[in-house]
Amino acid sequence: MNTDSNERRVVSVIVINEASVLSRITNLFSGRGYNISSLTVAPIPESKYSRLTIVTKGSVRVIEQITKQLHKLIPVLRVYEHEDMVEKEMAMVKIPMSENLSDINALCEAYNGKIVNAGETTIIAMVSDEPKRVDNFLNAIKRYNPKEIVRSGAVALER
Amino acid sequence: MQISGAQMVIEAFIAEGVDTVFGYPGGAIMNVYDEIYKQDGFVHILNRHEQASVHAAEGYAKASGKVGVAMITSGPGFTNAVTGLADAYMDSIPLVVVSGQVPMSLIGTDGFQEIDAIGISRPCTKHNYLVTDAADLPRILKEAFYIARSGRPGPVHVDIPKDVTAQIAEFDYDVTLELETYKPHTKGNPRQIKKAIEAIANAKRPLFYLGGGIINANAADVVKEFVHKTGIPAVETFMARGTLSYDDDLLVGMLGMHGSYAANMAMSETDLVIGLGARFDDRVTGKLSEFAKNADVIHVDIDPASISKLVNADYPIVGDVKNVVSDMLELVEKIDADNYESWRETIVNFAELHPLTFHEDSERLKPQWVIKRVGELLGDSANISTDVGQHQMWTAQFYPFTRARQFISSGGLGTMGFGFPAAIGVKAAMPEKTSINFTGDGSILMNVQELMTAVEKKIPVINIILNNNFLGMVRQWQTLFYDKRHSETDLSVQPDFVKLAEAFGGRGYRVKTKEEFDAALKDAVEKNVVTFIEVIVERFENVMPMVPAGGSLFNMMLLEKKESK
Repeated sequence: MNTDSNERRVVSVIVINEASVLSRITNLFSGRGYNISSLTVAPIPESKYSRLTIVTKGSVRVIEQITKQLHKLIPVLRVYEHEDMVEKEMAMVKIPMSENLSDINALCEAYNGKIVNAGETTIIAMVSDEPKRVDNFLNAIKRYNPKEIVRSGAVALER
Repeated sequence: MQISGAQMVIEAFIAEGVDTVFGYPGGAIMNVYDEIYKQDGFVHILNRHEQASVHAAEGYAKASGKVGVAMITSGPGFTNAVTGLADAYMDSIPLVVVSGQVPMSLIGTDGFQEIDAIGISRPCTKHNYLVTDAADLPRILKEAFYIARSGRPGPVHVDIPKDVTAQIAEFDYDVTLELETYKPHTKGNPRQIKKAIEAIANAKRPLFYLGGGIINANAADVVKEFVHKTGIPAVETFMARGTLSYDDDLLVGMLGMHGSYAANMAMSETDLVIGLGARFDDRVTGKLSEFAKNADVIHVDIDPASISKLVNADYPIVGDVKNVVSDMLELVEKIDADNYESWRETIVNFAELHPLTFHEDSERLKPQWVIKRVGELLGDSANISTDVGQHQMWTAQFYPFTRARQFISSGGLGTMGFGFPAAIGVKAAMPEKTSINFTGDGSILMNVQELMTAVEKKIPVINIILNNNFLGMVRQWQTLFYDKRHSETDLSVQPDFVKLAEAFGGRGYRVKTKEEFDAALKDAVEKNVVTFIEVIVERFENVMPMVPAGGSLFNMMLLEKKESK
């Protein structure tokens, strides 16, 4: 495992789906000086739990502390850092209709996406891919004058 | 049985065996106070400030080993209590603190005396609850007590809106707790324990590093047995004082910033740290990279997050220290106490080179003398609380502690104003022991209103004010590290402490000599009423030895050598 202090880490947290559980987790990160790069949360179907996927940075020791401190929170059932995972993120981009739509469509397809909406003056392109590749897509799409960009944050499943 | 939320609070307390509640009423908690009026299952002690209520509950919990209970109202009642919650959180003290909240319909509207109490208490409690339905109250209260006392203990805060305390619902306290996300790991891994024992047997200079977790776990007796059977010297943290008796041959002393030379040198020279319920706090370790540099580390702790947080543990053992040490005791014959003979001698030499002492070289009494003297006169018959500052360190250094739970002090948070209300809680828990609070002329004014509580409830706490007309510890740092610029630490302007105590109906003494002190203490113990004994002590005495912040344990500022009078 890379011990670099700025190594990117993905942590999944399974929590009881109850009031203020999210603030317990985000408070812990801010209170202990840990950093959140992205965070997604949604209920796990047909259970009383929710799943959070947190992308953070830190050394092995820091990530071990984060894991242990998260686990100390009463409504937290499980915490694990991913090592061998499938990781995906979604991004949507609003682009003026005047840009070259077939070029944009081709670019989206290269990143597992497509144009999902076309309005009078703008279109919305969507991709879903590994976070690193979403970065690349967002770089490539810059030349088409994007008006608004939204990223979902990463979700991950251990293989 | 169908009862109101307020009645449920009372019934739950009684079911939990609560005999004393510390608190202060107010608008949002009135329904519960109405039920307190009607019941006789427990005593309510009215403090004169909510902070004091929580500190009193802490003192009660620390002295008795039971969960301390405090009750407060919403808004300012709650915010006043926050310091106590934080203090209990840092020192792992089991508390249940119940606060009133504005009615549910007003939450979020900036209602009168509304504050987001759960939001504020989140980072300084083990867990907290906002109760939104009285039907949940029995379960929540039962969970609160369980969470507070199990695992690594800590404060739990339960915030109850006023309308929920009026709501009628079913009360059944015999519910089984189902906390599938909270299962403290109390049994140590047998393989790890075996490995740790082997490491001890192979070590040349092992050292016990005893922490406050031993006291929380009621493990002092097994730890004592383990120490004696292994013949391995032990250092105590501030929080562990009293685990070994002061006259135990294997007790090297307290380590850390104001630890003894011998304890700090032992920690610097050891080849195996046996950490039991200690958390490698910065006031203990000094410079981390130099701490026990040549040693492997065994770390036993109930809290996995404490292990390898600051110092890497070679032998991590998660578990209740009482269980783990009991398991270790079964393997103790693998350890030969004779192996450590020369190591013990080395440590004795350290202690002889720079013993923990002070010089009686001033006109005024030395604060250390006062503490030693109380030890000589009262010894085991007193429980000792302190406030925070120089007097606190001197107490930890010089009082002859003989048992766990005898020493009650604010370690992690360092809360001035802790001592007096805590000593009230201690006395409530253990009325047969004299309750002493060593305090300073700075600290005592931070919860001085508790004179009224102590007078009203006839709780005869003896406050010994070591008066040097300074905010002494800060003054010491200013003298040593700020070129003697004593910024805002000169407390020459003071109340008349004798009259102050008397104004509330207590007793006051001002003493300047040893004879006067002995007479005052004797009188105070006999009179059995809350007391201030103001002792005029040397103004510029420093707490020594001292490891400057961030320095290495072996680099201590030491007491100047001279002949004691």
